[in-house]
Amino acid sequence: MDPARKRTVRLVVALSAAVLLAGALVYTSFSAGNPSVSPSKLRASAIPGRAYQVTGKVADWQKSGSVQRFRLRDREGTRSVPVVYDGPVPDPFRNGREVVNTVRKQGAGYVGEKDSLVTKCPSKYKNKDTPA
Amino acid sequence: MASATIGRACLILALGVALYGVAAAVYAGRTQDRDWAASARRAVYALCGLTTIAFVILEAAFLRSDFHFATVTSHSSTTTPGFYKAAAVWSSQEGSLLLWLFLLSCWSSLVLYLTRNRMRDVTPYATAVLCVFGAFFAGLLVFAASPFATVAVAPGEGAGLSPLLRHPGMMIHPPMLYSGYTLFTVPFAFAVAALLVRRVDAEWITATRRFALAAWFFLGIGIVLGARWSYTELGWGGYWAWDPVENASLLPWLTGTAFLHSLMIQERRGMLKVWNASLILATGTLAILGTFLVRSGILDSIHAFGASTLGTPFVIFIAVLIAGSIGLVVSRRDALRSENRLDSLLSREAVFIGNNLVLVGLAFVTFWGTFFPLISEAVTGTKSAVGPPWFDRYTVPLALALVLLSGIGPVIAWRRATAVNARRNFVVPVAATAALGVVLAIFTPAADRPWAFGMFLCSAFVVVTVGQEFARGVRARRAMAGGSVPVALVQLVRRNRRRYGGYTAHVGFAVLLAGVAASSAFQEAKDAQLVPGQTVTVNGYKIDYQRGTGRVVTSGGRLERMEFGAVLRVTKDGKYVATLRPNRGFYPQNAPFVPISSAFDGEATSEVGMKAGLRRDVWVAVQPDLTSLRPYIKQQDKLLVAAVKQAGTVNPARFGQVRGAIFDEVVRRYVSNPPPATFRVIVSPLVMWIWIGAIVTFGGGLIAMWPAPDGVRRRARGRYAARVAKDLGRA
Repeated sequence: MDPARKRTVRLVVALSAAVLLAGALVYTSFSAGNPSVSPSKLRASAIPGRAYQVTGKVADWQKSGSVQRFRLRDREGTRSVPVVYDGPVPDPFRNGREVVNTVRKQGAGYVGEKDSLVTKCPSKYKNKDTPA
Repeated sequence: MASATIGRACLILALGVALYGVAAAVYAGRTQDRDWAASARRAVYALCGLTTIAFVILEAAFLRSDFHFATVTSHSSTTTPGFYKAAAVWSSQEGSLLLWLFLLSCWSSLVLYLTRNRMRDVTPYATAVLCVFGAFFAGLLVFAASPFATVAVAPGEGAGLSPLLRHPGMMIHPPMLYSGYTLFTVPFAFAVAALLVRRVDAEWITATRRFALAAWFFLGIGIVLGARWSYTELGWGGYWAWDPVENASLLPWLTGTAFLHSLMIQERRGMLKVWNASLILATGTLAILGTFLVRSGILDSIHAFGASTLGTPFVIFIAVLIAGSIGLVVSRRDALRSENRLDSLLSREAVFIGNNLVLVGLAFVTFWGTFFPLISEAVTGTKSAVGPPWFDRYTVPLALALVLLSGIGPVIAWRRATAVNARRNFVVPVAATAALGVVLAIFTPAADRPWAFGMFLCSAFVVVTVGQEFARGVRARRAMAGGSVPVALVQLVRRNRRRYGGYTAHVGFAVLLAGVAASSAFQEAKDAQLVPGQTVTVNGYKIDYQRGTGRVVTSGGRLERMEFGAVLRVTKDGKYVATLRPNRGFYPQNAPFVPISSAFDGEATSEVGMKAGLRRDVWVAVQPDLTSLRPYIKQQDKLLVAAVKQAGTVNPARFGQVRGAIFDEVVRRYVSNPPPATFRVIVSPLVMWIWIGAIVTFGGGLIAMWPAPDGVRRRARGRYAARVAKDLGRA
């Protein structure tokens, strides 16, 4: 085959493969992504059984054995949702801390997915307004 | 307070000299005036001197707990151990930015000193770019996040370094990451300068290759140290959680790794010039992006920090870097034309290109997943996030391809591989890998997890191909110079550091990924609530909770923390394996007259108990339940309040003594009658090989980075001079 034609064929094949892969990447990310919501938005629009990534501040944390019950409150505001999470919590977890948890609605409450609880590191860089 | 003033003055002067450096360097570049170029270079040395003074002042303030400094008050305390006081400097936003500027100025000074007599047309512009970086960070420190903000009356005590950060990794992990980020600005600056003056031969690559390698080395070590730290802290998601901030450090490392491979093609065959320039410009920009992501709060991350005001300047700076980089590459595309074409898909060049595409593919997947919340919000109006399974779906096959290519690359011929070449180089590795596959499939459950099984085989293939190369080299060396095998091996590596350092890094990386594959595919974890005398069994390991432990830890005569833990006896098939002692430390607030109960609502951190081995790790963390002690603590709080009210005044020393006695009693009660505690037990195979693989990988990097012996260097210079002469002749 003519070298120039060979190079063109290679380029077309490579670009097609790249476009296909990128398409798969985009498609799966949109179909597999969990909506990232605030507690008030979750309360307003959660569909039972669907996974949501909720970010909020911990309140009313109670522990019974390995089961943790707490409410997640809006960063600004007072709306909150009750969450039950089974398993050990990260070290910085406590009332007032901002956490990210993947939850599913079950009945009137929300159940956290195992090992999905992430507590934001509170210590590294504080807001100017945040007291030490 | 005078020291704070000096520190502030140093930063203002640093901003001044950086801006002067930009102006002087650009003028020198345009006029080719050597005096101005030297002056700009000296401005960088001055920047280094000034930031060093500022950094030393801040470090000294932390070490002597000078609470006049606001940042010392909020990130350190008298009870913070000295080792962590030193590391607390970069736990603050201001301190970490100062560390960034300090390291940047050091590396910039070093590279400009080393190139002071080379590339006289390129270095002034490189100096200007480095000074722009310096001015940006000095500007942030002067106008937005001053580490020398002071208060008129110093508080008696500081908040202390977060217990989570009291880990030896805190001393090394951030400086390593920042060294990597800042070192990547050096090849970035030289690439920009080379494009500006249209001098796009391999000289800018040769001049900065070692800096790119050092950046890769330090950033890689920083990432692995972070992974190790994460592994030993409960709730940090094992050693890798696809957290946005973790990903941000991986991005420049991946593109930097691609650059380190593709630059060889440009050096050797004058190809991939557009690709190399684009890669290093992207890597430099990603290094800034990583720094930005830590501070912006735009993505939810375990390492995300209170919303910061630094997002906007970073976004503007990154936008300028991206627009400038694209503009430069597009406008210089005629000068970046390849000197040669790819002869065959079965050649080392093609494998290197494949390796580059896989690395960039990995970077793209990581980038897309990391920024998907922002992308999805922009496209659909709803913020969405993808989790580890999504990342794994793409990164696992790409990692497999990467390892396979890293085995093929070192042995396949340049330009065009022949059947003879393929037979000579691949028969033994393929046969050995196939034999290992059969053994693994018959005697282990490896084949139950196809991806992990594939990774084991690919890793074995890399080890055998590289081992074969070493064996051939040693044989040839002995045939030429005689001597024993170890001597021949040392001489071989010593005379071809770059080549054999690279091979070693390939082996290390293959081993590392085999460890990752094994530990993620075959890990077993269990949570259990136990009281002393009860047991839990995980993967055949019987964990026997023998007794509760507790102690009060003091530092400098003051209470630092209370620890509650457990003694666990681990056995397998009735045989003793280890005794593990996980614990959880509670850090009381460093303020006078706070209630006893507040000590248990404050910061806490887990120390895991671990039996690490070449075959598997047994990892245990404990979360003690202190609910049963709450009534006693509440009662003591009431008594304390009553006593204070009755006395009318409080002696802090006496209060401290009483508080200490109550803490002792709390610990005694816990130890004498431990309540049920929650344990997480993880049994992971081959985790140790991740760390061993990392050591080998970066050991290989160190070998490749190490300066060559004089003779070899002279020959390399001769080859290089010949190439430049050829280029000039062609021009």
